[in-house]
Amino acid sequence: MSTAVLTWRQFRFERKMFWRNPSAAFFNFTLPFLFLIMIASVFGADRKELDILIPGIAGMSVLGTTFTALTYTFVFNREQGILKRIRGTPMPPIAYFGGVIGSAVANAIVQVALIIVIGHVFYDVSWPHSYFELVLFVVLGVIAFGSLGIAFAHVIPNFDAAAAYVNAVFLPVIFISGVFYSTKSLPLVFKAIAVSLPLKHVIDGLHGAIVSGQGLGDNLTALAVVAGWAVVGLFLTVRYFRWD
Amino acid sequence: MTELAIEVNDLRKSYGELEAVRGVSFSVRRGEVFGLLGPNGAGKTTTVEILEGYRERTAGEVVVLGYDPADRDRGLRERVGIVLQSSGFYPRATVREAVEHFGAAYPRPRDPDETIALVGLEGKGDTRTGQLSGGQQRRLDLALALVGDPDLIFLDEPTTGFDPAARRAAWDVIRSLRGLGKTILLTTHYLDEAQALSDRVAIVKEGLIVAEGPPSELTNRPRSYRVSYQQNGTRVEMETEDPTELLHRLTGEALQRGERLEGLSVSRPTLEEVYLELTAEQHEEAEAE
Ligand SMILES: Nc1ncnc2c1ncn2[C@@H]1O[C@H](COP(=O)(O)OP(=O)(O)O)[C@@H](O)[C@H]1O
Ligand SMILES: [Mg+2]
Repeated sequence: MSTAVLTWRQFRFERKMFWRNPSAAFFNFTLPFLFLIMIASVFGADRKELDILIPGIAGMSVLGTTFTALTYTFVFNREQGILKRIRGTPMPPIAYFGGVIGSAVANAIVQVALIIVIGHVFYDVSWPHSYFELVLFVVLGVIAFGSLGIAFAHVIPNFDAAAAYVNAVFLPVIFISGVFYSTKSLPLVFKAIAVSLPLKHVIDGLHGAIVSGQGLGDNLTALAVVAGWAVVGLFLTVRYFRWD
Repeated sequence: MTELAIEVNDLRKSYGELEAVRGVSFSVRRGEVFGLLGPNGAGKTTTVEILEGYRERTAGEVVVLGYDPADRDRGLRERVGIVLQSSGFYPRATVREAVEHFGAAYPRPRDPDETIALVGLEGKGDTRTGQLSGGQQRRLDLALALVGDPDLIFLDEPTTGFDPAARRAAWDVIRSLRGLGKTILLTTHYLDEAQALSDRVAIVKEGLIVAEGPPSELTNRPRSYRVSYQQNGTRVEMETEDPTELLHRLTGEALQRGERLEGLSVSRPTLEEVYLELTAEQHEEAEAE
């Protein structure tokens, strides 16, 4: 079978396995909406806050479905010997990676779409001003977060430790990157850290695409930082990938 | 096409300071079951995983089905089935899904249900792989190695941890593969397994092959003949490299004394004795250190 067909088969296989894992499916799909609904309703967010919250939650979703999910996947599959087993078959590595990463990307796309729909229907946030910008930032975010996740799996010794490692990155990053509130009020140190990491810039880009309608020209820095992290992530992934 | 499925010449592998494989040479003919027998840490997995293309060798020559496994050619992987010493699978996939999914990567896969039956997992096709017992998972490993209908199969400790009944069942499967004309390279630290399955065995110790041959002939070592007879009601045993001379002397002396050498026998130690002797030496050395 051709590499394209094998990639597609791997993708479909990953989708099937994803839905058979209720807790992963829950964390992937329910958590962002829980956050959105809780913060929007319980704390009675106003218009201005919602305009921050919707792109923020969308950015967090991209991070969770790619960085977090792929870190877990690769640590688990390495520890279980699944990666090593696959390496011993004629399956081209590119087909395997394509299927696994494609599955994560599918989750990211579905979630961002759902958040935009929910934001529009329930919270009266406008439809995105620029779909091109939206897709661009989601795609770059996926590449950056996904490759960083696979590279991060390299340093995690075993699956039991994975949650601690992932949350040590995920939680601080979402709190300083402006998922829930504007980063303007943050202490300088945190601001400096957030500015050097990709999530804040993905969120800025999504904010421009969905809410403010700023052109791409105003978000060139954000674009450059996310693209830079994508290059770093891809380099680290290729350089340090471990099959066992 | 050459008669040899595998050729290994002066293979060496070092992990930092440790030289795990120290100049191993052997060859495996097509259609043969070749056993690498040795205690834990002897270097069996290292050797096999170099042949499978997983590890890089430090020195030496290796040819597998005409390929150098270090090149990681897809053509080679299409013709080889691998059972690793340990490896898992997506725990939420069913047995049939797993076998089908793996089969798709090969040019001429076997029928999934037939493959499942071949390894004795019939009736388990819809069971999730995470729910299989240890022995059943090992059979799934075998099914996944066989689904591509390979010419050459690597089995690294295929029955370690099995109860005796499961081991017999696995042996039957491996024998049936031999019946299909497959070439098999097997590693084990169970002597009876090597004896029961292999056409030829190499005993590996500390990264070296210390004896090699068909299980019945694994005795061509110095002092490998045992001569014994009854004298005054007790059994006398002697070991020798050359029984001709010893027998000549013994029988000559007996004739001079006018006695008969009751119960005279010349035998070679079994593979078991060779193996136990070799591994015992290792234990003694380990204790001496
Ligand atoms: N990846 C590795 N890194 C360092 N040492 C290793 C590695 N793999 C095996 N060894 C060492 O090499 C020796 C041979 O191991 P191995 O090939 O697994 O033997 P066997 O399969 O016969 O039990 C052992 O001393 C083992 O500790
Ligand atoms: Mg081993």
